[in-house]
Amino acid sequence: MGLDVRLPIAALFIVLGLVLATFGVTSEQAIYARSLGININLAWGLVMLAFGLIMLFLGRRALADGDPRSPTRDRLPEEKGKTLRPGKGM
Amino acid sequence: MTLTFVDWIVMLVYFGFVLGIGLLLKRRVNTSADFFLAGRAIPAWVCGLAFLSANLGAQEVIGMAASGAKYGIATSHFYWIGAIPAMVFVGLFMMPFYYGSRARSVPEYLRLRFDEKTRGLNAISFATMTVFSSGISMYAMARLIQTLHIFDAPFERLSLAPEWIFHVSIVFSAVIVLGYILLGGLSSAIYNEVLQFFLIVAGFLPLVWLGLKNVGGWHGITQQLPGGYTHSWSGMGSAFTNRLGVEWFGLVMGLGFVLSFGYWCTDFLVVQRAMAADSMTAARRTPLIAAIPKMFFPFLVVFPGLIAIALPTQAPPSTAMRISGLRPAAVVGEGLIPPKIDGRTGLPILDNNGKPILDYDLAVPNMLLHYFPTGMLGLGLTALLASFMSGMAGNVTAFNTVWTYDIYQSYIKPNANDAHYLAMGRWATFFGIALSVAAAYAAAHFNNIMDMLQLVFAFVNAPLFATFLLGMFWKRASGHGAFVGLLAGTGSAALHHGLTLPTGATPGIKGAWLGSVLHLYPSEMAQNFWTAIWAWSICFVVTIVISLLTRPREEKELVGLVYSLTERPSDEHLPWHKRPVALAVAVLVLAVMLNLLFW
Repeated sequence: MGLDVRLPIAALFIVLGLVLATFGVTSEQAIYARSLGININLAWGLVMLAFGLIMLFLGRRALADGDPRSPTRDRLPEEKGKTLRPGKGM
Repeated sequence: MTLTFVDWIVMLVYFGFVLGIGLLLKRRVNTSADFFLAGRAIPAWVCGLAFLSANLGAQEVIGMAASGAKYGIATSHFYWIGAIPAMVFVGLFMMPFYYGSRARSVPEYLRLRFDEKTRGLNAISFATMTVFSSGISMYAMARLIQTLHIFDAPFERLSLAPEWIFHVSIVFSAVIVLGYILLGGLSSAIYNEVLQFFLIVAGFLPLVWLGLKNVGGWHGITQQLPGGYTHSWSGMGSAFTNRLGVEWFGLVMGLGFVLSFGYWCTDFLVVQRAMAADSMTAARRTPLIAAIPKMFFPFLVVFPGLIAIALPTQAPPSTAMRISGLRPAAVVGEGLIPPKIDGRTGLPILDNNGKPILDYDLAVPNMLLHYFPTGMLGLGLTALLASFMSGMAGNVTAFNTVWTYDIYQSYIKPNANDAHYLAMGRWATFFGIALSVAAAYAAAHFNNIMDMLQLVFAFVNAPLFATFLLGMFWKRASGHGAFVGLLAGTGSAALHHGLTLPTGATPGIKGAWLGSVLHLYPSEMAQNFWTAIWAWSICFVVTIVISLLTRPREEKELVGLVYSLTERPSDEHLPWHKRPVALAVAVLVLAVMLNLLFW
């Protein structure tokens, strides 16, 4: 099994989303004067969390389907380890 | 600027992920093809985002916002007349030859199509250019870290001298990029580029949203700024009626045709991402998929600059104050853009009219400081750092491939086993980064990143597109023709630049270094575009003339390398929405609409 790029994206956005949203809930409203009074940490943290969950869903679905287009698909044994050489074009 | 623990957590999480991806991919790298070509096993959408992200370096995020603040929405020409048509062309017409020939790099295609010397010339000039670009990214990042005082607090706590911040920043970025490329090669770079793409969007989207909300949307910007800032085409009739200082012909031919096609169609840095695709159709769709988000990038990277200049001028942010140590009245810029400060005297730099020269490169950083509270600030800065790293990594991966395949394997040690070249690739990564560090210190002597890069592109890249165009679409073009054409093109670019000058500049790095001024251009941009037009035309003509005088290659040797001798890739088996042509039409229609929208 290899690595579908959607899974690290999902993990990163879920972690960052949780960090920002949690901080947004616990922080004082005073620091949001510069962001026009909007608790941008909470708001954007939740958006990032949602995006991370969508990516997780898509990545896991591809994994379950054995999606042949997944970057992780194992190559055929005879293809593996073969170096690509330039054609004899000279 | 004061960062709190939450900002540091965001940054640490990101850098942890970056290296983690390298570690996860490490065990998949067994051969040199895995390292340099990602095993040609990456799906189209991943390649597409990496294609985009490899180009999303310092010059894009910082430079485009800087241009947005300086020139206004006309900066979008770099996208809507520049990148998009070129990306469509490379996907539809050139990718069949790059991917189909199984060449492992752009210089290698030149060897297959023309001859060894043409490849050598391209490989060496390209390798030099990548090191240079990655050095500029590195320098810009270190300067930014220094200017924003990101590391000041930790340095103080560890009682280290603040003068070391610049050097530590350089080493820090070098080590991270070195780490993940050494571990996972091109796959690792591509995966990280995709990660960086999403992170950059996540960091800049809320910035633009808050900024637009604050200035009253696009309508508010048009109210605040003179018309020249908010129209992309209406003043292009003459060089003197628009902020770019270029007329429409120079813009369309110089930027739209020569420079953009030269970059997107022949620069291995981006083409390498498409070559890693898992099939021909995927390789062709890579630039087309990339073109869709690319089209909307002006909203992400140009708008922050426009918003920064549209905001009411205020007391300069603490950044400028702390550097200059002056009273607020002495360092007033425009909007959020502070004046440029002379590093030695600490005073604003003035132009010939006594007005302060603005430091447009600080548009994005000041926007971040202006709108983001702690927390989001960490995310915004991480996005900035990510963009620098993706630009750097893109250059380094292109460098190690070209060095190993096109220089080392060709001229220094042919016929070694694959493990040897894999090891060489890892060493080349190391040396490439070491050279970038040297280039970063060299870049410290120049001011405007964009102008300098474009000068290099004009000399080296502009003639190159003529060579590829003739190589791919005219079977008569010969190796001698291509080689002499390239030299003549680059030479004429240098000659043109050496004999012309933009208005208001002094002879030297800006031009006219050959002593006399034959033509005075209204702006530096106009001079650059016309240098490119000259280089392309001379290369085009010289290649044709020399080709007609020399013996062409046998037709059977050119199958798969020249349009008329290659079977067209068939898309019949694909549903219409997956066909490259359908995608290309959609992309072009959208691009035309965007041009009309901001006319």
